[in-house]
Parts: sequence; structure tokens; C-alpha cells
Amino acid sequence: MQRYIARRLLQAVVILFVLSIAVFLLLRIAPGADPALLRCGISCTEEQREAIRADLGLKDAYHVQYGNWIREVFTGSLGKDINEGDVADQLMVRFPTTVELLIITVMVTVAIGIPFGIVSAVYRNSAADYSARFIAILGLAVPSFWIATLVLLVPQQYWDYAPPLTKTISFFDSPWDNMRQFVPPAIVLGLASAAGVMRLTRSSMLEVMRQDYVRTARSKGLREQVVIGRHALKNSLIPVVTVLGLQVIGLFGGAVIVETVFNLQGIGQYFLVSLFTKDFQVAQTLTLYIGAIVILMNLFVDIVYAWLDPRIRYT
Amino acid sequence: MAQARTATIAAELDEVLPRMGRWRRAGLIMRDNPLGVFGLFVIVLLSVFAIFAPVIAPHDPEAFVGDGRLGPSVDHFFGTDKLGHDMFSRVVYSARISLMVGFMSVIFGTAVGTAIGITSGYLGGFVDSLIQRTVDTVIAFPALLLLLILRQVLGASVQTLIFAIGVAIIFPVARIIRGAVLSERNNQYVEAARALGASTPRILIVHIAPNVTALAIIVATTLLGTAILAEAALAFLGLGIPESQDFSMLFFLSWTGFDPHSIGFLTGPAVTWGRDVNTARNSFPVHVWWAFFPGAAITLTVLGFNLLGDALRDILDPRLRGRL
Repeated sequence: MQRYIARRLLQAVVILFVLSIAVFLLLRIAPGADPALLRCGISCTEEQREAIRADLGLKDAYHVQYGNWIREVFTGSLGKDINEGDVADQLMVRFPTTVELLIITVMVTVAIGIPFGIVSAVYRNSAADYSARFIAILGLAVPSFWIATLVLLVPQQYWDYAPPLTKTISFFDSPWDNMRQFVPPAIVLGLASAAGVMRLTRSSMLEVMRQDYVRTARSKGLREQVVIGRHALKNSLIPVVTVLGLQVIGLFGGAVIVETVFNLQGIGQYFLVSLFTKDFQVAQTLTLYIGAIVILMNLFVDIVYAWLDPRIRYT
Repeated sequence: MAQARTATIAAELDEVLPRMGRWRRAGLIMRDNPLGVFGLFVIVLLSVFAIFAPVIAPHDPEAFVGDGRLGPSVDHFFGTDKLGHDMFSRVVYSARISLMVGFMSVIFGTAVGTAIGITSGYLGGFVDSLIQRTVDTVIAFPALLLLLILRQVLGASVQTLIFAIGVAIIFPVARIIRGAVLSERNNQYVEAARALGASTPRILIVHIAPNVTALAIIVATTLLGTAILAEAALAFLGLGIPESQDFSMLFFLSWTGFDPHSIGFLTGPAVTWGRDVNTARNSFPVHVWWAFFPGAAITLTVLGFNLLGDALRDILDPRLRGRL
């Protein structure tokens, strides 16, 4: 196992290296990729724009720019973004915001997806099963940006209510306002993944309930709750845990959307703004960090999988 | 293999229900898959809306035809937006971009992905490892973030949007097709072809490709919903097709020298569902109906493709149930 982890970590370094070069070049070869023009349009002379380019370090050769950037990534002094904010400071504020959003989202996903999946499997082909499955199919088709928009607009139009759309309010300053800010976007984001988790829990549960040991448990005369709760459920949740881990990765994409709609100052919104404003420094740094998180997450999922299911051995 | 199985199912049907015509058999399959039929119905309806938009839409989607911010009524089924555009007409016209971008990107992505998957699976060895590690890396990265970067790098037009979504589709398709080829390549018919002296490209194209086509069709249908959602999300974020130019449903013919806009019936304003939801969101005072209908149209479209994909999977390859 240790050797396996070591090899995966070594692979991760290679992948991140390739990723960093890819995103570095992609941003620079883009047509019209001139940050100076965006920062200072027709009001500036060409000389002033040249000065901006020099200031951003864009006049250096590519390998010099790349070297500088990688050094900054490792030392943690990441320079300034387009609003003259310190990128490292911004990340210190924005990462916790996104992490809180994702934690609540996962809680929503688990709280909705797993119970409905169990009920659906246990009462197979009942009215409850059909409605749960129908809602899940719908949940996979609904665009999250639309639900987010409606969650924001409907209370505003009919009850004159809006969540705080200002700066992020810390949970420790005002737990209630913090929840008002984070719970609606988390529910919106969690619905689609809950639909996926529900379908998987259901099929995995049905699979397990056909196993011999479940029949043995029943024939021993155990109560149905014990059979389901102790024998079937535990084993059927193994694949669910794996998929949950992978869904967290996909949620980074969804975070871009809900953070934009609910004006949460997280990294998703930061990433989108950096693309719009051709803020290379922020865009490439975030890509690299998210890439690193994704790779570690994948490794973590694989390790948890082996721990939950001892039949799995990595070599 | 998949084709062989389809044939087996058909053969079984023949056995159980002798002298049954092709249409009766189709009817039987449809009766067993009511949800798939519903999906197909939605898609056909949308295609009709898209092609015959000038006939179906009661108003020009860009004309000011009433007061702003009206709710749904007999005059305006879906109400009006802030400037008094008829929302029903806009929703009808928007089907064009959604369907065109969806179909084109999926056809492009599935074709390239299938080619890569077949090559990777059949050749094995170093080429396979290289391709599969690349696929691993890209699949692991959040798809929407990848799309945002690609879209930003490639610039704003229908073609670049299709290319960006298509590229994102290549990787999952290559993964699935490779798996199917791995189980296919050791079959005797491949061995026989090789023994007869067939070249590798010939084996790939003539012998293996037809046997993974059913799987590719299933995957493509399922991905259509995803592609349409992706287009809508990009449009919502302000990174879709620019509003300024008119959109022709024949835009893909422009490279032949033919002017797609010369056929006025198939040309119209580049309105999209995703962008309309975004405009509605950003306007004040708020007006719920304005945002509601374009989003509902997206949901219905994606639902249609998902249901059809599920049904096709069950009909063509029942063993994939729960795996795709």
C-alpha cells in the first residue's frame, strides 16, 4: 500500500507539471489574449500599455515567466490580481468560503440521496419508489443555474426576501446570517448530486439484497430493520462513498455557477472573473491548485475504497 | 458483439411472436419503453420548433410587441421580458442553437473519441498507456472548468463553442469505447481477419468499428443532454454565442463557399435559453416568469435526451443497465 501511494504521488507531480505548462501556454496563445488592453483600453496610449505588460512580466520570455510563476506558487507570494488585491490574501479568504459551501453541499447530498435511495430499493416498484426515481431523473436534467436563479427570484418577487448578497459573513460572527448565505446555494448544488447518489444507492442496495448472506440473515429470523440496517446497508454504501468523493470534484464546476448567482466570494467566482479579465496569474494558479486538490481527492477515494472493501488490493 | 446481441433479441422476438411485421415489433418495443417514447416525442417536437420557428413563433423574437414584464396570457403564452419581447417566440427560436450545438459537438466528440478509443484499445502497449493516462487526467479535472478555459482560449463563435464542448466529450467516449474494444479484440472473427492477412487499419475500421457502433450511439445520446446543459451553462455565464450576429441553422456549410444566411427561413437572431435566464436574473425589479420558461425548456430538452438514452441502452444493450 505504501509503495502504491508513493507511486501515485510521483505520478501526481508529473501530471501537475504537464497541467501547469498546458494552462500556462493555453492562456497565452488565446486570440486577443492581451491583459493590457482590458486593463487600459482606448484611453491609454500604446506606450502606457507596454508599461503595463512590462509590469505584469508579460514581456519576458515564456520560460522566464513560467519559472517566476512556479517560484511564486511555491513561496506563496502570488502577486496582485486585477483589482490590486494580493492574490495570496484573496485565496485565504476565498478557499474557506468554497470549502464551507462544498461541505454543506455534501451534507445535503447525503441527507437527501441516501435515505431516498434506501426507501426506493426496500419498497421497490411502490409509489414511493416511482416518485423518488422520477424526481431523481428530473434532478439530473435541471440546470443548476436555473434553480439557483429561481431560488433567488421567487422569494424576492413574492415575499420580498433575499439572502445577504454582500461580503461573506463568517460563521463565527453571525451563524444565522452565515447559514442564510450558504444553505440556499448548497441545496441548489446538492440537488443534482443527490439525484445521482440516490440512483446509485438504490441500485447498489438492490444488488446487495440479492446476496446469499442477506437471505441467511432473514432465515435466521432477524427483524427486517436489522437485515436492512446492519447487513445490507453497510455493504451497499461502499460504491456510494466512492462516487461521493468523485462528485466533490465535479462540484468545483458547479461552485462557479452558484457562487456567481449568490455572489459568494469563493474560488469558483474568482476563477470566472480571472478568465473574463484575462488575469493570467489568478487563472493559472487556481487551475494548478484545483488540479492538485482533484488528484489528492482521487487518491484519497481509492485509499478509502480499499479500506472499506478489504477484497481490493492495490499493487 | 452488441450488434450480435441486438440480432439475438430480434431473433427471440421472431420466435415468440411469429409472423410479426417490422412495425408491430417497433410498436412492441415502444410499449415497453413509454419513457423513451416520451423522450423521443420531446426531441421531435423541439426539432420541429427549431426548424419551423418562423412559422410557429407568433412574433419576431427581437421585436417589441407588448408591455414589459407581463405574466403568461393568451396573447403571450410565456409572458414578455423587460423590453416587451415575446418570451414564447424567444424560447422557440432558442431551440435552434441548443439543438445545433448539442448535435454537432456530440457528433464531433463521439467520432473522435470512438476513433481514439478503438486505436487505444486495439493497439495496447505504450500508445494505450499514454492515451489512457491523458484521459485519466482530463476526466479527473472538473468538466465545467475545462470548458471555461477552452472557451476562453478559443474565442467566441458557434464553431469554437462546438469545438470546445466536443473536445470535452472526446475523453469519456474514448474511455468507454476502449473498454468495449478490449473485450472485442480477442474474438475469433478478429483472429480470422488477421490470419487472412488484413491490415491493422482494415481490422479496426471494417471489423471492430461496426461492433462498437451500438455502444457509441447509446453514449452519444446520453451525452447530448450533457452537451446541451453545458452550452446553456456557458451562455448563462456570459461565455456562449455572442448575441450580435444572426444564427443560421446551416452555419456549418459556410466553409463550402455557400452563404448560410441566404436562406432566410433558417436564419434568425442568436437567442439562447441560457442567456435569457441570465438577463432575467440581472434585471431589476425581478420578474420570475421571464426566467422560468427558458429554464423549463432546457430541463425538458435534457430530460428528453436522458430518457431516450436510457431507453436505447435498455433496447440495444440491456447488460449496460446501471453501468452507464
